[in-house]
Amino acid sequence: MGETTIELRVTPADRRVARYAAAAIVLTVAEAAIPTPLPGVKPGLANIVVLIVLARHGWREAAWVSLLRVLAGSLLVGQFLAPGFFLSLTGALTSLAALALAARLPARWFGPVSHSIVAAFAHVGGQVLLARAWLVPHDGVFYLVPVFALFALVFGVVNGLVAARLMSAPPPAHRDGN
Amino acid sequence: MSDWLALLRPGDWLAAALGVLAVSLAFPLLWRGGPAERAVIRLDGRVVAEYPLDAARRFEVAGPLGRTVVEIQPGRARIAADPGPRQYCVKQGWLTRANAIAICAPNHVSLSLAGRQAGYDTLNY
Repeated sequence: MGETTIELRVTPADRRVARYAAAAIVLTVAEAAIPTPLPGVKPGLANIVVLIVLARHGWREAAWVSLLRVLAGSLLVGQFLAPGFFLSLTGALTSLAALALAARLPARWFGPVSHSIVAAFAHVGGQVLLARAWLVPHDGVFYLVPVFALFALVFGVVNGLVAARLMSAPPPAHRDGN
Repeated sequence: MSDWLALLRPGDWLAAALGVLAVSLAFPLLWRGGPAERAVIRLDGRVVAEYPLDAARRFEVAGPLGRTVVEIQPGRARIAADPGPRQYCVKQGWLTRANAIAICAPNHVSLSLAGRQAGYDTLNY
Protein backbone atom coordinates (compact mmCIF):
# COMPACT_ATOMS: atom_id res chain seq x y z
CA MET A 1 0.00 0.00 0.00
CA GLY A 2 1.72 3.07 -1.16
CA GLU A 3 1.03 6.39 0.37
CA THR A 4 -0.71 8.89 -1.78
CA THR A 5 -0.13 12.52 -1.29
CA ILE A 6 -2.78 14.81 -2.53
CA GLU A 7 -1.28 18.10 -3.33
CA LEU A 8 -3.55 21.06 -3.90
CA ARG A 9 -2.06 23.59 -6.20
CA VAL A 10 -2.53 27.00 -4.68
CA THR A 11 -2.35 29.83 -7.14
CA PRO A 12 -1.58 33.43 -6.22
CA ALA A 13 -5.22 34.18 -7.02
CA ASP A 14 -6.32 31.64 -4.38
CA ARG A 15 -4.16 33.29 -1.75
CA ARG A 16 -5.52 36.66 -2.75
CA VAL A 17 -9.11 35.46 -2.52
CA ALA A 18 -8.45 33.92 0.88
CA ARG A 19 -6.86 37.10 2.18
CA TYR A 20 -9.66 39.35 0.95
CA ALA A 21 -12.31 36.91 2.16
CA ALA A 22 -10.71 36.92 5.62
CA ALA A 23 -10.94 40.71 5.70
CA ALA A 24 -14.58 40.57 4.61
CA ILE A 25 -15.40 37.96 7.26
CA VAL A 26 -13.84 40.12 9.98
CA LEU A 27 -16.04 43.02 8.86
CA THR A 28 -19.13 40.76 8.87
CA VAL A 29 -18.47 39.62 12.42
CA ALA A 30 -17.71 43.15 13.60
CA GLU A 31 -20.88 44.39 11.98
CA ALA A 32 -22.97 41.72 13.70
CA ALA A 33 -22.14 43.48 16.96
CA ILE A 34 -23.59 46.79 15.79
CA PRO A 35 -27.20 47.22 16.93
CA THR A 36 -29.57 48.12 14.10
CA PRO A 37 -32.75 50.16 14.29
CA LEU A 38 -34.64 47.77 12.04
CA PRO A 39 -33.95 44.08 11.46
CA GLY A 40 -32.32 43.68 8.07
CA VAL A 41 -30.81 47.14 7.94
CA LYS A 42 -27.03 46.76 8.01
CA PRO A 43 -24.25 48.87 6.54
CA GLY A 44 -22.78 45.86 4.73
CA LEU A 45 -19.18 46.82 5.39
CA ALA A 46 -17.89 43.55 3.96
CA ASN A 47 -19.07 44.74 0.56
CA ILE A 48 -16.32 47.35 0.61
CA VAL A 49 -13.88 44.46 0.26
CA VAL A 50 -15.95 42.93 -2.56
CA LEU A 51 -15.93 46.26 -4.41
CA ILE A 52 -12.17 46.54 -4.11
CA VAL A 53 -11.66 42.99 -5.38
CA LEU A 54 -14.04 43.68 -8.26
CA ALA A 55 -12.09 46.76 -9.29
CA ARG A 56 -8.66 45.21 -8.89
CA HIS A 57 -9.10 41.57 -9.86
CA GLY A 58 -12.39 41.24 -11.67
CA TRP A 59 -15.81 39.77 -11.09
CA ARG A 60 -14.79 36.12 -10.68
CA GLU A 61 -12.63 36.77 -7.65
CA ALA A 62 -15.16 39.23 -6.25
CA ALA A 63 -17.81 36.48 -6.44
CA TRP A 64 -15.51 34.07 -4.60
CA VAL A 65 -14.83 36.58 -1.85
CA SER A 66 -18.49 37.49 -1.52
CA LEU A 67 -19.75 33.90 -1.32
CA LEU A 68 -16.97 32.74 1.00
CA ARG A 69 -17.82 35.70 3.19
CA VAL A 70 -21.49 34.68 3.36
CA LEU A 71 -20.63 31.08 4.17
CA ALA A 72 -17.90 31.61 6.76
CA GLY A 73 -19.55 34.72 8.20
CA SER A 74 -22.78 32.83 8.85
CA LEU A 75 -20.87 29.99 10.51
CA LEU A 76 -19.09 32.43 12.83
CA VAL A 77 -22.23 34.38 13.70
CA GLY A 78 -24.19 31.15 14.20
CA GLN A 79 -26.65 31.80 11.38
CA PHE A 80 -25.64 29.00 9.02
CA LEU A 81 -28.76 27.59 7.30
CA ALA A 82 -30.98 29.89 9.39
CA PRO A 83 -33.29 32.28 7.51
CA GLY A 84 -30.70 35.02 7.88
CA PHE A 85 -28.19 32.91 5.98
CA PHE A 86 -30.52 32.44 3.02
CA LEU A 87 -31.40 36.12 2.99
CA SER A 88 -27.74 36.99 3.01
CA LEU A 89 -26.95 34.42 0.30
CA THR A 90 -29.77 35.66 -1.91
CA GLY A 91 -28.62 39.24 -1.41
CA ALA A 92 -25.07 38.27 -2.33
CA LEU A 93 -26.19 36.38 -5.45
CA THR A 94 -28.47 39.13 -6.76
CA SER A 95 -25.90 41.82 -6.12
CA LEU A 96 -23.20 39.73 -7.82
CA ALA A 97 -25.50 39.33 -10.81
CA ALA A 98 -26.04 43.08 -10.89
CA LEU A 99 -22.31 43.69 -10.50
CA ALA A 100 -21.59 41.41 -13.46
CA LEU A 101 -23.55 43.89 -15.56
CA ALA A 102 -22.41 47.05 -13.79
CA ALA A 103 -18.75 46.08 -14.12
CA ARG A 104 -19.17 46.31 -17.91
CA LEU A 105 -20.02 50.00 -17.70
CA PRO A 106 -17.18 52.21 -18.95
CA ALA A 107 -14.75 52.65 -16.04
CA ARG A 108 -14.04 56.21 -17.09
CA TRP A 109 -17.56 57.20 -16.10
CA PHE A 110 -18.65 54.67 -13.51
CA GLY A 111 -16.55 53.84 -10.47
CA PRO A 112 -16.92 51.91 -7.22
CA VAL A 113 -19.69 54.23 -6.04
CA SER A 114 -21.91 53.26 -8.98
CA HIS A 115 -21.09 49.59 -8.44
CA SER A 116 -21.90 49.92 -4.78
CA ILE A 117 -25.27 51.61 -5.36
CA VAL A 118 -26.30 49.06 -7.98
CA ALA A 119 -25.22 46.17 -5.75
CA ALA A 120 -26.99 47.60 -2.70
CA PHE A 121 -30.30 47.93 -4.53
CA ALA A 122 -29.96 44.47 -6.05
CA HIS A 123 -29.18 43.11 -2.59
CA VAL A 124 -32.33 44.59 -1.08
CA GLY A 125 -34.40 43.55 -4.11
CA GLY A 126 -33.30 39.93 -3.89
CA GLN A 127 -33.86 39.77 -0.17
CA VAL A 128 -37.32 41.31 -0.31
CA LEU A 129 -38.37 38.90 -3.07
CA LEU A 130 -37.08 35.92 -1.07
CA ALA A 131 -38.80 37.18 2.05
CA ARG A 132 -42.06 37.62 0.12
CA ALA A 133 -41.81 34.18 -1.45
CA TRP A 134 -40.73 32.27 1.61
CA LEU A 135 -40.63 33.97 5.00
CA VAL A 136 -43.57 36.39 4.94
CA PRO A 137 -45.91 35.29 2.16
CA HIS A 138 -47.88 38.50 2.24
CA ASP A 139 -47.64 41.73 0.28
CA GLY A 140 -47.16 43.58 3.55
CA VAL A 141 -43.41 42.95 3.09
CA PHE A 142 -43.34 45.51 0.32
CA TYR A 143 -44.41 48.09 2.86
CA LEU A 144 -40.83 48.05 4.14
CA VAL A 145 -39.25 48.45 0.71
CA PRO A 146 -38.98 52.28 0.77
CA VAL A 147 -37.12 52.13 4.08
CA PHE A 148 -34.77 49.41 2.87
CA ALA A 149 -34.23 51.27 -0.40
CA LEU A 150 -33.35 54.46 1.46
CA PHE A 151 -30.77 52.64 3.59
CA ALA A 152 -29.46 50.84 0.50
CA LEU A 153 -28.85 54.18 -1.15
CA VAL A 154 -27.13 55.71 1.88
CA PHE A 155 -24.92 52.72 2.68
CA GLY A 156 -24.32 52.08 -1.01
CA VAL A 157 -22.89 55.56 -1.50
CA VAL A 158 -20.87 55.43 1.73
CA ASN A 159 -19.40 51.97 1.07
CA GLY A 160 -18.58 52.93 -2.49
CA LEU A 161 -16.81 56.07 -1.34
CA VAL A 162 -14.83 54.14 1.27
CA ALA A 163 -13.81 51.55 -1.35
CA ALA A 164 -12.77 54.30 -3.79
CA ARG A 165 -10.86 56.04 -1.02
CA LEU A 166 -9.01 52.89 -0.01
CA MET A 167 -8.04 52.23 -3.61
CA SER A 168 -6.87 55.78 -4.20
CA ALA A 169 -4.52 55.58 -1.23
CA PRO A 170 -1.02 54.31 -2.06
CA PRO A 171 -0.80 50.58 -1.24
CA PRO A 172 1.18 49.80 1.92
CA ALA A 173 4.68 48.45 1.25
CA HIS A 174 4.10 44.98 2.72
CA ARG A 175 1.01 44.27 0.62
CA ASP A 176 2.71 42.01 -1.92
CA GLY A 177 5.11 40.51 0.57
CA ASN A 178 2.99 37.44 1.39
CA MET B 1 -14.96 66.83 2.00
CA SER B 2 -13.76 67.86 -1.45
CA ASP B 3 -11.28 65.00 -1.62
CA TRP B 4 -14.19 62.61 -1.00
CA LEU B 5 -16.16 64.24 -3.80
CA ALA B 6 -13.17 63.83 -6.09
CA LEU B 7 -13.67 60.07 -5.79
CA LEU B 8 -17.00 60.31 -7.61
CA ARG B 9 -16.90 59.82 -11.36
CA PRO B 10 -19.52 61.50 -13.56
CA GLY B 11 -21.60 58.32 -13.89
CA ASP B 12 -21.59 57.90 -10.13
CA TRP B 13 -23.61 61.09 -9.83
CA LEU B 14 -26.05 59.61 -12.33
CA ALA B 15 -26.27 56.35 -10.36
CA ALA B 16 -26.83 58.27 -7.13
CA ALA B 17 -29.48 60.46 -8.76
CA LEU B 18 -31.31 57.39 -10.07
CA GLY B 19 -31.11 55.93 -6.56
CA VAL B 20 -32.62 59.06 -5.05
CA LEU B 21 -35.36 58.97 -7.68
CA ALA B 22 -36.10 55.29 -6.98
CA VAL B 23 -36.30 55.90 -3.24
CA SER B 24 -38.50 58.98 -3.57
CA LEU B 25 -40.85 57.11 -5.91
CA ALA B 26 -40.94 54.07 -3.62
CA PHE B 27 -42.40 56.00 -0.69
CA PRO B 28 -45.59 57.31 -2.36
CA LEU B 29 -46.00 54.14 -4.44
CA LEU B 30 -45.72 51.63 -1.64
CA TRP B 31 -46.93 53.64 1.32
CA ARG B 32 -50.33 54.67 0.08
CA GLY B 33 -52.65 51.93 1.44
CA GLY B 34 -55.45 54.42 0.77
CA PRO B 35 -56.32 57.42 2.87
CA ALA B 36 -58.64 56.68 5.74
CA GLU B 37 -62.08 58.15 5.26
CA ARG B 38 -64.42 56.72 7.90
CA ALA B 39 -64.19 55.49 11.44
CA VAL B 40 -66.25 52.36 12.08
CA ILE B 41 -67.06 51.48 15.67
CA ARG B 42 -68.25 47.99 16.49
CA LEU B 43 -69.66 46.39 19.62
CA ASP B 44 -69.79 42.58 19.64
CA GLY B 45 -68.99 42.69 15.94
CA ARG B 46 -72.03 44.80 15.05
CA VAL B 47 -71.46 48.27 13.66
CA VAL B 48 -72.82 50.73 16.21
CA ALA B 49 -71.53 53.94 14.65
CA GLU B 50 -69.79 55.12 11.52
CA TYR B 51 -68.42 58.65 11.14
CA PRO B 52 -66.45 60.37 8.40
CA LEU B 53 -63.03 61.59 9.53
CA ASP B 54 -63.77 65.19 8.68
CA ALA B 55 -64.51 66.87 11.99
CA ALA B 56 -63.56 66.44 15.63
CA ARG B 57 -66.06 64.54 17.71
CA ARG B 58 -66.24 62.07 20.57
CA PHE B 59 -68.37 58.98 20.76
CA GLU B 60 -69.04 56.67 23.68
CA VAL B 61 -69.95 52.99 23.48
CA ALA B 62 -71.32 51.10 26.46
CA GLY B 63 -69.77 47.63 26.58
CA PRO B 64 -70.03 44.91 29.25
CA LEU B 65 -67.24 46.53 31.35
CA GLY B 66 -68.19 50.16 30.95
CA ARG B 67 -67.84 53.01 28.52
CA THR B 68 -65.24 53.09 25.75
CA VAL B 69 -64.56 56.59 24.46
CA VAL B 70 -63.66 57.03 20.80
CA GLU B 71 -62.14 60.32 19.73
CA ILE B 72 -62.26 61.39 16.12
CA GLN B 73 -60.29 64.22 14.53
CA PRO B 74 -59.87 65.17 10.89
CA GLY B 75 -57.94 62.30 9.29
CA ARG B 76 -57.49 60.21 12.42
CA ALA B 77 -59.23 58.44 15.27
CA ARG B 78 -58.28 56.74 18.52
CA ILE B 79 -59.65 55.05 21.58
CA ALA B 80 -59.37 57.83 24.16
CA ALA B 81 -60.45 55.75 27.15
CA ASP B 82 -61.43 52.17 27.84
CA PRO B 83 -62.24 50.22 31.00
CA GLY B 84 -60.16 47.21 29.89
CA PRO B 85 -57.41 46.06 32.28
CA ARG B 86 -54.45 46.24 29.88
CA GLN B 87 -55.33 49.28 27.80
CA TYR B 88 -53.83 47.91 24.60
CA CYS B 89 -56.30 49.72 22.35
CA VAL B 90 -55.70 53.01 24.17
CA LYS B 91 -51.92 52.67 23.98
CA GLN B 92 -52.16 52.06 20.25
CA GLY B 93 -52.75 55.79 19.89
CA TRP B 94 -54.02 57.51 16.78
CA LEU B 95 -55.02 55.40 13.81
CA THR B 96 -54.39 57.20 10.55
CA ARG B 97 -54.34 54.61 7.79
CA ALA B 98 -57.16 52.77 6.09
CA ASN B 99 -57.82 49.30 7.55
CA ALA B 100 -55.96 50.05 10.75
CA ILE B 101 -57.83 48.72 13.75
CA ALA B 102 -57.77 49.09 17.53
CA ILE B 103 -59.52 46.32 19.43
CA CYS B 104 -60.64 46.64 23.04
CA ALA B 105 -61.36 42.95 23.47
CA PRO B 106 -62.40 42.98 27.16
CA ASN B 107 -65.10 45.52 26.43
CA HIS B 108 -66.05 43.94 23.06
CA VAL B 109 -65.42 47.22 21.21
CA SER B 110 -63.37 47.80 18.09
CA LEU B 111 -62.48 50.93 16.16
CA SER B 112 -61.39 50.53 12.57
CA LEU B 113 -60.69 52.97 9.79
CA ALA B 114 -62.13 52.37 6.35
CA GLY B 115 -60.75 53.69 3.11
CA ARG B 116 -62.13 53.59 -0.37
CA GLN B 117 -61.17 50.00 -1.03
CA ALA B 118 -60.73 47.33 1.61
CA GLY B 119 -57.52 45.72 0.43
CA TYR B 120 -56.60 44.17 3.75
CA ASP B 121 -58.44 42.74 6.72
CA THR B 122 -56.26 44.73 9.10
CA LEU B 123 -53.02 46.65 9.10
CA ASN B 124 -50.84 46.59 12.16
CA TYR B 125 -47.43 48.18 12.63
